[in-house]
Amino acid sequence: MKNDKDFINENYLNYVKSVSPKTNEPRSLIRAFFVGGLICCIGQGIRYLFEYAAGLNGDELAAYVSAVLIFLGAFLTGLGVYDRIGKFAGGGSIVPITGFANSVVSPAIEFKTEGYIYGVAAKMFVIAGPIIVFGVFGSVVVGLLHFGIINIF
Amino acid sequence: MFLKVFAVGGAICTLAQLLINYTKMTAGRILVYFLIAGLVLQTFGLYQYLVDFAGAGATVPISGFGYLLAKGAMEGAKKGLFDAITGGITAAGMGITAAIVFGYLFALLFKSKSKMN
Amino acid sequence: MRTVFFKNKPAIIATSSVGGPKESSGNIGEYLEVKSDDDTFGEKTFEKAEKKILYTAIGNSINNAKKSVSEIDAIIAGDLLDQIISATFSARNFDSGYLGVYNACATFTEAITLGATLINGGHLNYVVCGTSSHFSSAERQYRYPLELGCTRPPQAQWTVTGAGACVLGSGKGPKVLSATIGRVIDFGVVDVNNMGAAMAPAAADTLYTHFKETGTSPEDYDVIASGDLGALGSEILKDLIWQKGYDISRNHTDCGKMVYTMNEKEYQGGSGAGCSSMVFCSYFYKKLCEKKIKKMLLMSTGALLSSLSSQQGESIPGIAHLINIEC
Repeated sequence: MKNDKDFINENYLNYVKSVSPKTNEPRSLIRAFFVGGLICCIGQGIRYLFEYAAGLNGDELAAYVSAVLIFLGAFLTGLGVYDRIGKFAGGGSIVPITGFANSVVSPAIEFKTEGYIYGVAAKMFVIAGPIIVFGVFGSVVVGLLHFGIINIF
Repeated sequence: MFLKVFAVGGAICTLAQLLINYTKMTAGRILVYFLIAGLVLQTFGLYQYLVDFAGAGATVPISGFGYLLAKGAMEGAKKGLFDAITGGITAAGMGITAAIVFGYLFALLFKSKSKMN
Repeated sequence: MRTVFFKNKPAIIATSSVGGPKESSGNIGEYLEVKSDDDTFGEKTFEKAEKKILYTAIGNSINNAKKSVSEIDAIIAGDLLDQIISATFSARNFDSGYLGVYNACATFTEAITLGATLINGGHLNYVVCGTSSHFSSAERQYRYPLELGCTRPPQAQWTVTGAGACVLGSGKGPKVLSATIGRVIDFGVVDVNNMGAAMAPAAADTLYTHFKETGTSPEDYDVIASGDLGALGSEILKDLIWQKGYDISRNHTDCGKMVYTMNEKEYQGGSGAGCSSMVFCSYFYKKLCEKKIKKMLLMSTGALLSSLSSQQGESIPGIAHLINIEC
């Protein structure tokens, strides 16, 4: 009988690495840059629109802008378009808040076949759940640290 | 302004693409790391400079979500213990609510499409 | 000795194949018996669709063999979904015996090995062997939701939406002469997108064992078809078997590599339990019946991972079973 460690074949792994096709580096970076930049510009456009048309400002403005972007990301996911954008742009469409919406909506739609409670509602956060968990956890740590610093000094 | 938005937003996404290319990280991991990066930078007040400089270019990427959480928590800390704890999620409340509401609504309306490539 | 010789030469008396839209428009589309331009096949879920294509293939192959279901002693089937539900739920539609088998994408040749053994020994008269896979059901079990916008790395393969089934027994048709049972081999590949590299060592081992134990060489066969190594995995297999002193570059082909028209260079080809069964039951079976191919080796290859095992950091074990067919 062999042990678990025995079969790892470094020579083979190096060989596989040398023959495996590589991602087209410059092309993927340029695509990510342009699509990412474009999504942010759309965000900025919505920002100006709300600022001048609705007279919003500060945190309220930022919150509405992100809600609209989340709506757009969710809608494009529902239409089956966002995964096309994702295949083209990679990081360019994952990192903007629309990508967060995509990661919430795509499993929600996918698991519809398992029902609306254990399917849609339960699976909604299989990918985006960690973002909420780390975000909320992190913010509580930051909040408590600051509270401590303010009250001690 | 749009040029700055484009440049900064694009640069953040390019950084993510670099990580994808070199570390084979998945989408979920990238989002978490960028969120934490934004959160930590804002803890030291640094992400605010980027937001002041590039507006949506810094707030639209997920790191801007982290910035929002940290900012909310720090502002809450000035008011008291209760706001220090809830400040983050209050600030991010709109984003999370929008994701849940639209996510559920669109799941009712749409279904996964067949993929050919 | 891992090679089983079938003295009574069980025949593959009929086959049936079903393919989805992408497969129907691919290279072997014209050879498929049932083509569909709807990958849900009229069902509500992709899992139900996969079940439907498998029982369609099984039912059609029994019809093509001009047998009734009561004459079929056993159905040996498998697929990629948890608890092989496509195979099991397909078997529900037939009043035959049922053996559910799983060796990932190597299930098809595993099923034929078992079926041929049962027939060769005189225990059973007719056995149906079938496997299926579906892109959308496999994606969601092994990878991500369909609508998630993530990139596909260039070494990734595409799970075949399709099924194939064949009826084994005594009668006319290509004969199964021998089978070589594969070993589980793991060289430590962890990249779940690079199945070809994970399976190639097992494929090379099985092929080498077959040549050695039967005293044959690559020149003795018209075609040596691997299951779903893809373009990259095929190159690795050729390299590995060359190092052992055999040159298969002249007559080697790969079901996964040939199933799609490769206008996009990025992808490595098809994969999945339905890949080798669909391609064998359509294209190769026809060529064998027409005697365009006289002797062939079919070696389905499987990557024995689960989404849990890879999340726990386990590497991907590979397996390959080989059958030797002659018309």
